[in-house]
Amino acid sequence: MPHDHDDHHHHDNELDPMAARVRALETILTEKGLIDPAAIDAIVDTYETKVGPRNGARVVAKAWSNPDYADWLKRDATAAIADLGYTGRQGEHMQVVFNTPDTHNLVVCTLCSCYPWSVLGLPPVWYKSPPYRSRAVIDPRGVLAEFDLILPETTKIRVWDSTAELRYLVVPMRPEGTDGLSEEQLADLVTRDSMIGTGLPLIPEPA
Amino acid sequence: MNGPQDLGGQMGFGPVAPEKREPLFHADWEKRALGMTIAAGAMGHWNIDESRHARESLHPADYYSSTYYEIWIKALEVLLARHGFVSPQELGDGRTLAPGTTPKRVLAPENVSAVLAKGGPCGRSVAGEARFKVGDRIRTRNFNPETHTRLPRYARGKFGVIEAVRGGFVFPDTNAHGGGENPQYVYTVVFSAPELWGDEADATLTVSIDAWESYLEPA
Repeated sequence: MPHDHDDHHHHDNELDPMAARVRALETILTEKGLIDPAAIDAIVDTYETKVGPRNGARVVAKAWSNPDYADWLKRDATAAIADLGYTGRQGEHMQVVFNTPDTHNLVVCTLCSCYPWSVLGLPPVWYKSPPYRSRAVIDPRGVLAEFDLILPETTKIRVWDSTAELRYLVVPMRPEGTDGLSEEQLADLVTRDSMIGTGLPLIPEPA
Repeated sequence: MNGPQDLGGQMGFGPVAPEKREPLFHADWEKRALGMTIAAGAMGHWNIDESRHARESLHPADYYSSTYYEIWIKALEVLLARHGFVSPQELGDGRTLAPGTTPKRVLAPENVSAVLAKGGPCGRSVAGEARFKVGDRIRTRNFNPETHTRLPRYARGKFGVIEAVRGGFVFPDTNAHGGGENPQYVYTVVFSAPELWGDEADATLTVSIDAWESYLEPA
């Protein structure tokens, strides 16, 4: 998970209007006893160290390895994912959709930033931004090309616009040449983008 | 509302430009914005639908020129002021001037993990049978409320097919405005690209939305 990076991004000083605005708001809310800054630290720590796309990768790897688990995901994704310990905020009502040789799935939230936090963590900036949200439903092939993902013209594309409280996780197709791999090794191949639909899993290094 | 958030099919925003090795946060204040939004929400004075409506009610020029955490903070200020926790003057001055509303509860650090692990399930039982079943052809309603709705403009007045009946869920169109949860059945509805975008559209593309029952009519 990417969480060893923002040491290089210290914009939090008096010259940055948003940093000053947010700091003032936190001060006011703390003085009024409405929030506890230590609770904010705990929230941030949760998404920096505990809840991220590694969770989803384990779900996908188990689905690839275990047909019964894949069936459970199709019938009751929320329960099957909770069985691996992944529950909670923005993952309360999970749906899992499986790529096939014929159909590629792509997830978007055109109306805001709905995203399956419990399995993928916090969404990347592009997922929440107007270019992706506007074009995923009308020009998905053009969007995928910007992720260097070119699908055959005959492949059907299914776009899931998360307009309600269901949250979608894509199970990409298992790469060829992975027969002998353990679940843990398979999980290493599962990228975040492959679980949104804007990417494919990694190909294993030849032995 | 036909606000800036309703982006499906709009043009002119340019390429997606995914960032290589994107950091989880781009500045320290984003961490505080995330945490404050969740912690303030946990006071229990507004729901997720009212939060979404506050964000989409930003002026479009403001919405489109803000990052998503900026949108969250601007909407959080609106919610805090609306519910009497802070005054506009306090927000402007950046300091506490007077007490405000007493919160129903305050999120304690030791409860964070349980609160996040529980989330906020929106599933509710609905009296009566679902009006539609899998395979039914429907047409989405054409309406343009000035209030909150989750039926995007690109999918209004369109013919589609019920692919799944998802059960009962809180109805955001009323819940965002203090009008109660009024749960309804939610359906996954699939549209062909030509139905949504015209005859020239990619025939290999289908798009689904998740739609509350009152968004749909038999077709």
